[in-house]
Amino acid sequence: MFDKSSLIEFNDVITQFGPNRVHDGVSFKINQGEIFGLLGGSGAGKSTLLRQMIMLQTPTSGHISVLGQTLGTLSPSEIEALQLQWGVLFQFGALFSSLNVLENVSVTLKEYTKLPTEIIEDIAHTKIKMVGLPPHAAWLYPSELSGGMKKRVGLARALAMDPKLLFLDEPTSGLDPASARAFDHLIIELKYMLNLTIVMVTHDLESIEYALDRFIILHNKKVLIEGTMDEVKQLHNPVLDNFFITNK
Amino acid sequence: MNPAKIDIKSDNTTLHINSSGAWFHHSIADISKQLKQFVINKNIITIAWDFSAIEELDASGIIVIIQFMRRFDSTQVTFTYTGLKPEQQRMFLFYRKNSIHSHPPVVQQNGLFYRLGQFIIEQFMGFMAFIHFIGENTYQLWLISCKPSLFRFKAMLKHLDASGLRSLPIIGLTSFLVGLVIAYQSAEQLQQFGANIFIVEMVSISVFRELAPMISAIVVAGRSASAYTAELGTMKITEEIDAMRTMGFEPHRFLVIPRVTALVLAMPLIVFFADLLGVFGGMLIAQAQLGITFSEFIARLHTEVDMKHIIIGLIKAPFFGLLIASIGCFRGFQVTGSTDSIGNFTTISVVNAIFWVIASNALISVLLTEIGI
Repeated sequence: MFDKSSLIEFNDVITQFGPNRVHDGVSFKINQGEIFGLLGGSGAGKSTLLRQMIMLQTPTSGHISVLGQTLGTLSPSEIEALQLQWGVLFQFGALFSSLNVLENVSVTLKEYTKLPTEIIEDIAHTKIKMVGLPPHAAWLYPSELSGGMKKRVGLARALAMDPKLLFLDEPTSGLDPASARAFDHLIIELKYMLNLTIVMVTHDLESIEYALDRFIILHNKKVLIEGTMDEVKQLHNPVLDNFFITNK
Repeated sequence: MNPAKIDIKSDNTTLHINSSGAWFHHSIADISKQLKQFVINKNIITIAWDFSAIEELDASGIIVIIQFMRRFDSTQVTFTYTGLKPEQQRMFLFYRKNSIHSHPPVVQQNGLFYRLGQFIIEQFMGFMAFIHFIGENTYQLWLISCKPSLFRFKAMLKHLDASGLRSLPIIGLTSFLVGLVIAYQSAEQLQQFGANIFIVEMVSISVFRELAPMISAIVVAGRSASAYTAELGTMKITEEIDAMRTMGFEPHRFLVIPRVTALVLAMPLIVFFADLLGVFGGMLIAQAQLGITFSEFIARLHTEVDMKHIIIGLIKAPFFGLLIASIGCFRGFQVTGSTDSIGNFTTISVVNAIFWVIASNALISVLLTEIGI
C-alpha cells in the first residue's frame, strides 16, 4: 500500500506503569514526508508514544525504530547522531529560561558545529523570522514571551539543526483559534519548504482536518485506526463518531 | 560526507564560483571563513555561482552563501546561480526571503551617580518591601489572636516536623563535634596550668551561650530558609499564590505564619538539644584527655555554671527562628517570572539569613555584656 519508506515504525509495543497497562500491542508506521497525528482521548497514551520515539521513555516490550535505527540497541554516539536528526517542540515550549530567544535557538549550533558566531547568529535570526517572530523578539527572555510566541521559539529551536524529523506535542493547545490556524499553516509551509516529516500529538479537530496527512487513533490500549481523514470518515464506528463529536 | 569546497576562477568581468561537497552545518565552517576573507577584484560585475556539484545543502550552507551575497547589496555586482535541485531551490528562496542580519539593541550605559542612586533606591525599596511584609504578618497575627481558629495548626505541625524534628540529627552531630573540638583544643592549654577542671566552664559556657544557638541557627538557615524560599517561589511562579488569593486564602496567614511560628517554637528545642550534645562532646574529651569522669564533670556543672547561660542561649533561639523564617518567606515572595529567579532568591535568602543571625548574635552579645549579664 505504501511505496514510501517508513521513517518510524512501532512494532507490538507494550507499555506498563506498575499494574496499569497503557499500550497493549501498538503497531504503526510513519512515512517519509507526511504530517502524522497521534490522536486519542485524554490518558490514551499519545504523549507516551511520542516520548518513546524520542527516547525519553522506553516501552515495557516491543520494538521501535526511528530513521532506520532500532531504539534500545544504540551506542551513546549513535544516540547522539540520531538526536541531531530530529527536533522536538514541547507543549509549553520548554525554553531555557536563563537564555534569551537568540541563545535558545543557537544553543545546539554552538554546541555541535564549528561555525563562526556570526554565521550561527544569522542562522538563528533567520529561523526566528521563519517561524513568524519579529526581529526584536531575539533579545527577549522566555519570561517576557506569550504562550504562542514561546511555541514559535520552541519551533525555531527544534529546527535549528535542520532536522529531517520534527516532533510536536500539542502544538496548537492554548492558542486562540486564529493563532492555532496560523501555526498549522506555518507547519505545513515548513514541511513543504524543508522536506520535513512531522509527528504531532494533537486534540485540535481543525488541526486534524487541516494539517494532518495521516493519523492513528488510540483507543482501549490499541490502535483503533490508522489512515487518512477520508479513509476514516468512510467508516462508521461509534467510537470514532464519538471521538470526533466530543472533540468538536 | 565530503567537506564543502569552492573553486573560484575569474575572467575579465565575471567571477565563476563552482562549489562542491556537502554544504552542511558539520562541513561548512572552513568555507565560511574562506569566503569571508575573499577579496573581489574591482572590475568584477557579475558573479556566477554553480551549485551543480553540491551533495547536500542545509540552512547553514544557505546562510553562508547569503552572507557572501550580502556584501554586494550596495554595489553594482549582479549575482546569478545555477545548478540547484528543485527542492534546494525552494529552500534557498525560502531562507533568502527570511534571512535577516540583526544587531543587539544598544543599551545605554548610565553614569556612576545614576547607578549609585538607582542602587540606593532599590535597597530602600527592598527594605520598605520587608517592612510591608512584616506589617502584613503582624496584622495576620493580630487577626489570629482575635480569632484563634484562623490559625493553620496542621500546617504548623508539618513545618515543625520538617524544619525542627528532621534537622535534629545534623544539628546534633555538628554540635557534638564542635563541643569535642573546643574541649580538645583547650585541654592541652589547661593542662599546662594544672587547671584541668576548668574545662567544664570552658566548654559548657561557650556551648550554652554562643555555640549551640549559632550552630543551630546556621544549620536551620541553610535547611529551612532555602526550603521556604524555594517552596514559596515555586508556588508564585505556578500562580498557586494568586489562586489562593482569589479563593480568599490569605497567603501570609496560610503560608508565612505557620512557617514562622513553627521555627519560633522549634528553635529553643533545637538549641537545647544542641546544648546537650555539645557538652557531651566536651565530657568525652575531658575524660579521655584530662581524666575528669562524667560524674565529676556534672557535679562541677551544677555548682559552677549559672543557669543564666543556658537561658540566654534559649532566649536567643526563637529570635533567630523568627529572623530565618521571615527572611526565607520574604525572599520567596520576591521570586518573579523565570525558574532562574528561584535559584537567585534562594541563594540570597540563605546568605541573608546567616548574615543576620551572626550580626544580631554579635549585637546581643555586646548588649548583654554591657548590662552585665
